[in-house]
Amino acid sequence: MQSETKSRVDQVTAPSGHPVAVLRFEGDIASTSKDAVLGAYQSLPKETTRLILLDFTGVDYINSSGIALVIQLLIEAANASQKVYCFGLSAHFTKVFTMVGITKYAGLFATQTEALAAL
Amino acid sequence: MSESNSTIVELRLPTHLGYEKVAMSTAASLAKLRGFPDDRIEDLKTAVAEACINAIEHGNRLNEKLSVGVVLRAEPDSIEVKVIDDGSGIKKQPAKPDIDRKMHGEEDARGMGMFLIQALVDEAEWVTGLDGKSSYVRLLIKLDKDAE
Repeated sequence: MQSETKSRVDQVTAPSGHPVAVLRFEGDIASTSKDAVLGAYQSLPKETTRLILLDFTGVDYINSSGIALVIQLLIEAANASQKVYCFGLSAHFTKVFTMVGITKYAGLFATQTEALAAL
Repeated sequence: MSESNSTIVELRLPTHLGYEKVAMSTAASLAKLRGFPDDRIEDLKTAVAEACINAIEHGNRLNEKLSVGVVLRAEPDSIEVKVIDDGSGIKKQPAKPDIDRKMHGEEDARGMGMFLIQALVDEAEWVTGLDGKSSYVRLLIKLDKDAE
């Protein structure tokens, strides 16, 4: 019943010259999305990945289990001294991410361009 | 308030994760028909989805022989939603989620559903059924968030 979560990784360069891994999600982010969220993150080489962008542009539905997966990703990233930023969230999910405190550990931006410009 | 201004929609959902989206879509359609603004509809969708997920996971404990009842009552200036399961209700409200504790592994990363429900709607109450089951959560969301 829950739509499959798709994810892919793009490697881009910020205007500052820093390499950035962009995890792009599509579909729902729910309890069934562990492989798409944590699996995609864990596929990144830890030694060379310092900056990570999470792209939610193609995501329509995120529930509390999906938010928990994002928090687990943030925990793993913090333990690896990586910085994580998000973009593409709807106004509603920007509010929800702010309510649960994710903004304390991951900056939110409207677009990829804005996020990259800040790195 | 005239009776014609009150509309009731009832659903019976399978106890299977993902079907909360049926209740969410129905609630959104009803709210749109009643002229709710987009931001309130989004609040309602998340609250209804989280209430149904709680009913499926915790109330009915994923028992697919059971179902989750959803009753939506639209009034001119509000929508009330009852999500009914076969569980014994909640014993006590969980603490407000603490992102710092979660990040430091001192608190489960999950456990935000009830917090989101309370934060997004105007009223939320959890009621235990008299027979120890048929518990429900009642949500109320107003057309105008700032209305008395």
